[in-house]
This record gives sequence, structure tokens and C-alpha cells, in this order.
Amino acid sequence: MGNREIKYFEAIREAIDLSMQNDPSVYVMGLGVPDPKGIFGTTIGLQNKYGSQRVMDMPCSENGMTGVAIGSALVGMRPIMTHQRVDFAILAMEQIVNQAAKWHYMFAGQLNVPLVIRLIIGRGWGQGPQHSQSLESWFAHIPGLKVVMPTTPYDAKGLLISSIEDNNPVIFIEHRWLHTISGHVPEKMYRVPIGKPKIVRKGNDITIVATSLMTIEALRAQEFLVGIGIETEVIDLRTLRPLDDTPIISSVKKTGRLLVVDNGWKSFGIGAEIVARVTEKGFSHLLTAPQRIGLPEVPTPTSPALTNHFYPHVEDIIRAVLEMLKRDSRSISIPKLHEGPLDIPDMNFTGPF
Amino acid sequence: MNACDSALGKKDLIRLFNSMLRIRLVEEEIAEYYPEQEMRCPVHLSIGQEAVAVGVCSNLTREDYVLSSHRSHSYYLAKGGDFTAMISEIYGKADGCTRGKGGSMHLLDLSVGFLGAIPIVSSAIPIAAGVAFGTIMKGEKRITTVFFGDGAIEEGVFHETLNFAALKKLPLLFVCENNYYSVYSPLSVRQPSNREIVSIARGHGVESYQGDGNNVLDVYHLTKNAINRLHRGEGPIFLEFKTYRWREHCGPYYDNNIGYRTEDEFLSWRERCPIELFKQYLIQQKVIQSNMVEDISKKIKCDIKTAFEKAKKGDFPNKKELFKDIYAK
Repeated sequence: MGNREIKYFEAIREAIDLSMQNDPSVYVMGLGVPDPKGIFGTTIGLQNKYGSQRVMDMPCSENGMTGVAIGSALVGMRPIMTHQRVDFAILAMEQIVNQAAKWHYMFAGQLNVPLVIRLIIGRGWGQGPQHSQSLESWFAHIPGLKVVMPTTPYDAKGLLISSIEDNNPVIFIEHRWLHTISGHVPEKMYRVPIGKPKIVRKGNDITIVATSLMTIEALRAQEFLVGIGIETEVIDLRTLRPLDDTPIISSVKKTGRLLVVDNGWKSFGIGAEIVARVTEKGFSHLLTAPQRIGLPEVPTPTSPALTNHFYPHVEDIIRAVLEMLKRDSRSISIPKLHEGPLDIPDMNFTGPF
Repeated sequence: MNACDSALGKKDLIRLFNSMLRIRLVEEEIAEYYPEQEMRCPVHLSIGQEAVAVGVCSNLTREDYVLSSHRSHSYYLAKGGDFTAMISEIYGKADGCTRGKGGSMHLLDLSVGFLGAIPIVSSAIPIAAGVAFGTIMKGEKRITTVFFGDGAIEEGVFHETLNFAALKKLPLLFVCENNYYSVYSPLSVRQPSNREIVSIARGHGVESYQGDGNNVLDVYHLTKNAINRLHRGEGPIFLEFKTYRWREHCGPYYDNNIGYRTEDEFLSWRERCPIELFKQYLIQQKVIQSNMVEDISKKIKCDIKTAFEKAKKGDFPNKKELFKDIYAK
């Protein structure tokens, strides 16, 4: 029991299930929530257990239905809204940014919006320009929102429970390539606090800060680097807003080097924010200029041939680290660590959605 | 005025009159003081449109919820919102209804179920539907009303909300105050002339009625029927009231001279002043005498004076307030 392993998507479903059991005001809505696919398995079986009022499908009205979720939250409900892609939530930016993020502040604390919006980054299998964007920095820019992006099944469950119990609007971002990874997840109800990055590997030579899937890539880089004598400290950001930069600054004070690996576009992204904070607060400790890895400045392409040039991966991280440590990358042979093309997480992934 | 007011006693009729006159006099005072530049937020006056807010809200109980657009003073006051807190809020003071965070466009008084005014066109509509949906989920018997203008009809969420409200048979009253203008843009350049606004709501399967927005009794009775139906759980109702904004879209002045509408058009609507029409009716029906109007007016003006004095003297919020309530605990 102490070592139970389940998949990330199962951890999400368990968090919702336990929260619904625990609090009758929690309800789930989203396009396809009760359908046979159940949002990549994350909502399967919930409607049978809790009924169609608490686990509901909805009209194709992302903006209007976000308003509905907000309104119900104002009078004491705890909606979990689910979009199958981050891209679909853009239709609801007005309600998310102008309304959900503002009501508590602009009404001087007299109303709360306890709302979770689950967004899924749809990378892979040619999802292309409008089905695979990673727009977390848009949301992280807005005071009043909380933005979390868990990497492991353990954190997915614990952070989702914390998000559901939080009295604020929380944007909960899942990378679908993480949905099938397995990890230790206790069966009980537990919470991972919002606003706390996690040091997932300790090291003295360089600090890598990453989010979501990029944390996995950073860990693979770390494994390789340790073999050639480079100690990497890997920090999984977990929460983008409110951002606790203390462990990052402390880490850079120790290592003197910072590399941020962003899931989204490099310009104006999370990497830019982390680098800025470290430069402002820890400049004198830096041994070399901080670096960012992120998406190139083009929309997401569709063809697998083009995605191979688009997504940064473990080998790019290794090369950046070697360069920052002034190690000659030509003398080190970097193995091909990603199996198959970059439009799939592994060979089991066969689309079509 | 129609005479179908048998349900309304003398006291009720006077209350309607009093409520409309109060809104008018408060807003005239705002207009009077606004040029001093101490009210440093946009104000959208409802002068000329008072009958809609009053006719609708007089049918609601304190437990019923109201949300509205930015032309918010009339709804807030008609629902019973704290008047002094509203004036202080417009002055940006610490004892304003949202402690200086919201201003005129973001009024709130939870104690009377005024659940918020917001100035993004149409955006209060889905939120009101969510409030109504929440009350159903919690098994509460409350009616939620949302007020908006003719511009809201052109926004996507308006249609999205009608669809959802009809689908779920929400206890939601849509009230469209059609004053024919969105800022300076007339209805004629924004909506097809051969289509009435109510027909859109009907198209979504929502029962809809049109009324005279300058006739408080018409508004009152249409709303009363709507509320009865809403209480029976038969689904949402849509009401459209045609009326006219006398002053500029935003600010204290008349603006018939700048060229987007004519003085004649304004004068023809002013002829049909909702307060004057109702006053004449009440006098004719011997509910009040002219001298009573003077007394009512004097009493209201006295309250207004006190509220403005308090608001002007009140403290501004301090710097701490800026960093308060970013997140709920």
C-alpha cells in the first residue's frame, strides 16, 4: 500500500473523486467530461458515481460557461471546469482574466471565486498551431489567478486537491504526455501546497528550473550529466503564480549558473521571469549569463518533420549545460535519448487526437 | 398609464414613485458635483431610464439576486443598496461599498443581494446564469435578475447564456434596457432593423416580452408575471424595455449638440419622462397631491446632502488597501 503506483491521469481522477466525496459543493463541467473517453481517462466513471448534475457535459460555449462557473462559485459552489486543450480556453479569456481574477479584489474581499480550470497541453500527433499551445505565461501574468503545472502523479493529485479547496481561481495545467507516466501516489486524501517549487535533484554545478514535461526532460539530462561529472540541481517549479523564487535564488547562490527550460515560447515566457528574478536578486552570485530554452518564435507546426525542429528536448538541455560550463561538447558524445520523432512521447502513442 | 394596478395599494405606488425620484435626484447631484473632479471614476447616469430598475426591483425580495452592467446606480439603489456607501465609493473613499477598489462601475451590496455591477458589455450575463445555476444546485428558491443594455445583445456570451439558461430552465430574469445607443453608436448601425431584440431570446426558446421602459407600471406588471413564472420553475424569462438615456454615455453632461443624435429626438423622449408621467398619473388617480411631491423631494434631497457631505469628508483608503484581497484565504 505504501508503494502504490498509478498513472498521472488516474491520480487526477482520484483527486476529483475524493474531493467530490469530501465536499458536495464540488462539481465538474466540461465538453466531453462524461463521454466514453472521459478527458483522457481523467473523468471516467465519475458521472455514474455522482450523477449528471455534478458531473456534466456542457454546450460549446467556453466563455459563457466560464461565466456560469464563476457565478456558481460566487454563491458557494466549487466548479472544476475542464478543457481538452489549453487553446480552447482562449475563447474564455474575458471571463478568466476580467472576471474570475478580479472579483475578489475589486469587490474588496466580499466575494470569492473558488474555481479550478483544468487545461491540457495537447502536444503531439500533428495537433499543430491551435491544439497544442502551452500558454501558461498568459495566465501567470494576471494577478488574482493561481497557476499550477504539476509534473509527477503525486503532485498532480496533491496539487489538484489543494486547487479544488483553494478559494481562488486556479488554472491547473496538465501536459498530456505526462498523463501516462506512473509514480507513487498514496490512496488517501493529501495536499501539496500551491506556491512551492520542489528541488527534485540536488547538485552544485548548475541550477535547472523547469516546468511540467520539461522537468522530465531536465531529469533525463541530469542523469546523463552526472555520468560525465556534472552535478545538476533540478527545480520543478510546480506553481507559476504565486511564484516563490526563494529556493531558486538559494540554489543559484550555490551553483552560480541558471538554465530555465520552458514548455512555452521563449520570449516573454516563464523563463524570462525566472531569469529576471535571479538577475535582480542574485546577480553577484552568477558565474555566467543565465540561459533559457524554450520554443522557437514560430507557431506550432503540424508535420512530424517540422516538429522535430520545433520542440527542444533533452539533448538541447545537455548542450546548453555543457556550453555554460565551458565544456567542449564536441569531445562528449551525446546519445540519442529521445526514442522516435518529437511528435510522440513514445512509440505507444498513436493519435489521432 | 394603464390602470391594471389593482394589485398595487397606495403605499406601493408611492414607494415606486419615491424610488424613481430618489434615483433621479441622486444622479442629478452626481452630475452637479462631478465637474469638481473629486469623483475620479467614470459615471454612467441612468437619468431618463429609472422606471426599468424600479419597476423590476420592486418585485424582488432581499434574498433575490441582481447583477448588472456599468449603468449601475439605478439597479443598485432600486435593489436597496446602501446609498451612502455608493456615493463614498464613487468618491474613492475607504468606506465606499468596495473600499475604493471598484468605483461607480463595480457597485456591490451583498446585504441586499446586489451581487455586482461590471462594465464589460454582456459579461455579467453568464455570471448571473451561474448564480441562478448555483442557487438551483443548492436547492435555494431565489430569483436572479440581470440588467444589461441593447449593446449586450451583440456579444457572444449573451447568446451562449440564453442557450444555457433555456437548456437548464434557470430561474433567471433577463432585463434588456434598450436605450437605442451604445455610447455614440445608434442601434441602426449595429443591429438589423427588421428584427426585434425579443425575437432573439424567443429564438433561443426563452419566453420573452416587450414593454414600455418609461412606464413604471408596465415594467412592474410585466415583471410580476415573469417572477411568478420563474417561481414555478418554468425556465428563464426575457424582458425588453425601450427607454432613452438623457445625458451623455459617460459623464454628467447633455451631449445632444455633438452630432450623434438630435435635440428633437431627446425632447420627444423627455416629454415622456418616466417620473413626470407617473406623477401625473398618481395625481390624477388622487394617490398623491402636488404638494406631497415637494415633501418627498425635500426629504430625499436632505438624505442626499448628508451622504455627499459624509463621502466628501471620508478618508481615502491607505496604501495597505492596495495589497489587500489579492487572494481569498
